Amino acid sequence: MRGAAAIVGFAEMPTRRTYEGRTALGLMAEASRDAMADAGVRKEEIDGLVVEGGSFYPAPIGEYMGLNPNFVTGVSTMGASGATATSVAAMAIYSGLATTVLVTLSEARQAGSPWGSPPTPGLRTEFEDPYGPAVAANTGYGLMYSRHMHEYGTTQEQLANIAVNQRFNALENENAVFRGQPIEIDDVLNSRYINYPIRLLESVMPCAGGSAIILTSAERAKSLKNNPVYILGAGIACDPLSGWQRERLTRSVVTRSAPIALGMAGYGPSDIQFAQFYDCYTILHAVCLEDAGLVPKGDIGPFFASTDTTYKGEFPINTDGGQLSCGQPGDAGGFRHVIEATRQIMGRAGVRQVERNDLCLVNG
Amino acid sequence: MTTEYTKPLPIPGGLHGTTLGDFTKPFWEATKRHELVIQRCRQCDKFFFYPRELCPTCLSDNLEWAPVSGRGRVHAFTIVYQPNDPRFNEEAPYVYAVIQLDEGARMISNVIDIEPHDVEVDMPVVAVYEDITPEWTLVKFKPA
Repeated sequence: MRGAAAIVGFAEMPTRRTYEGRTALGLMAEASRDAMADAGVRKEEIDGLVVEGGSFYPAPIGEYMGLNPNFVTGVSTMGASGATATSVAAMAIYSGLATTVLVTLSEARQAGSPWGSPPTPGLRTEFEDPYGPAVAANTGYGLMYSRHMHEYGTTQEQLANIAVNQRFNALENENAVFRGQPIEIDDVLNSRYINYPIRLLESVMPCAGGSAIILTSAERAKSLKNNPVYILGAGIACDPLSGWQRERLTRSVVTRSAPIALGMAGYGPSDIQFAQFYDCYTILHAVCLEDAGLVPKGDIGPFFASTDTTYKGEFPINTDGGQLSCGQPGDAGGFRHVIEATRQIMGRAGVRQVERNDLCLVNG
Repeated sequence: MTTEYTKPLPIPGGLHGTTLGDFTKPFWEATKRHELVIQRCRQCDKFFFYPRELCPTCLSDNLEWAPVSGRGRVHAFTIVYQPNDPRFNEEAPYVYAVIQLDEGARMISNVIDIEPHDVEVDMPVVAVYEDITPEWTLVKFKPA
């Protein structure tokens, strides 16, 4: 499917702590409307709809905005849903199931909303909860972190650079919750533990927001107004949800998805000019960059201690500030990496525009 | 033994509280006897945990519950300062860990009888049993 489909428009609503009184469907509809306008595509041209699928089936989302697509699916890969949905949309276009596909995700968090919903009885309630896991998704990443420190000598001082560099990138991003609030390494290291080794400033903040992109065939893309952002390759892999069930706690599923994507595109890790990588916690971000082959396994600590990864630097990563500085609107959070890659490749990133903007690797 | 235990029980309605209860019953009956039993596949001979109806390696249903030594190592750990469930707040910070049993299976537990920040990855540990209610006993681990 190399180059068969392209992203031709996008919209991102500013990430906020809450969107009081708004609904998830309304946020998706607003972002979708704006993405269609950005692409110069009429609603009637949308014949495919790909969504996250866990919170809402595709049908009520299409119904809400008056769409009657010929191809729908929900991808249900949690935080990776935005990148997965983008890949599936490209597959649908390549296979001829649809020509112009809308991908939209949102989170309408209200003030005081807890993380997630109560677990159904099963593995977690019987064999994990009696031992007191940490808040949100922190537990598994704390385990990954301690193991990575042990196996590779990674330090918190090194990984604090991830939070600091991303915050620099967010300073002038009007969509970021933490815009205009610079931080230093010591701020990260002095922030409180949520669960050792994870500190507050190494964790995402739960937020609300919504985004959408429009993809269409390479042929149709040529007649539209934006520079097309071609999907050259994609890989969608999965491993055990419970981190402790993975053979290696310090290896992510990116060890399998990245080679598929890069192989399809016909590029190697050293060809990549900038990266937008999932960042719910500094440690997962670090492990995924290693597993994609962008940094040798185990060298991520020294890499971040010695590399400028801001949009001004030699290898820009998460140029919009990522989820760590923009906030995480639930499963829509990871979608921002697709949106920012699109913005950069279209040459529309403003003050944070990177110079080498032809080839980006995105991880959801 | 206390009757004032307020933190989450493995199966809130008791051992038969869910359909999972019957299936995992041998594990909890053993902890109550202060013994650790883990499922082993009779076909491929591997130990595995959490309990399943099929072996996750070869998908055989020819399984048995086999006693294990209760010895293992801290494969990874995290020190919980902000628990998901506020009923753990007064205990925090405490150690939540992946224990790699000598027989090969891994389980989640707490490492106790040690200052949390003195815990190290790969340190040897041994099972201890905490009778939290008349019905339930949790297996935890302490430095060996």
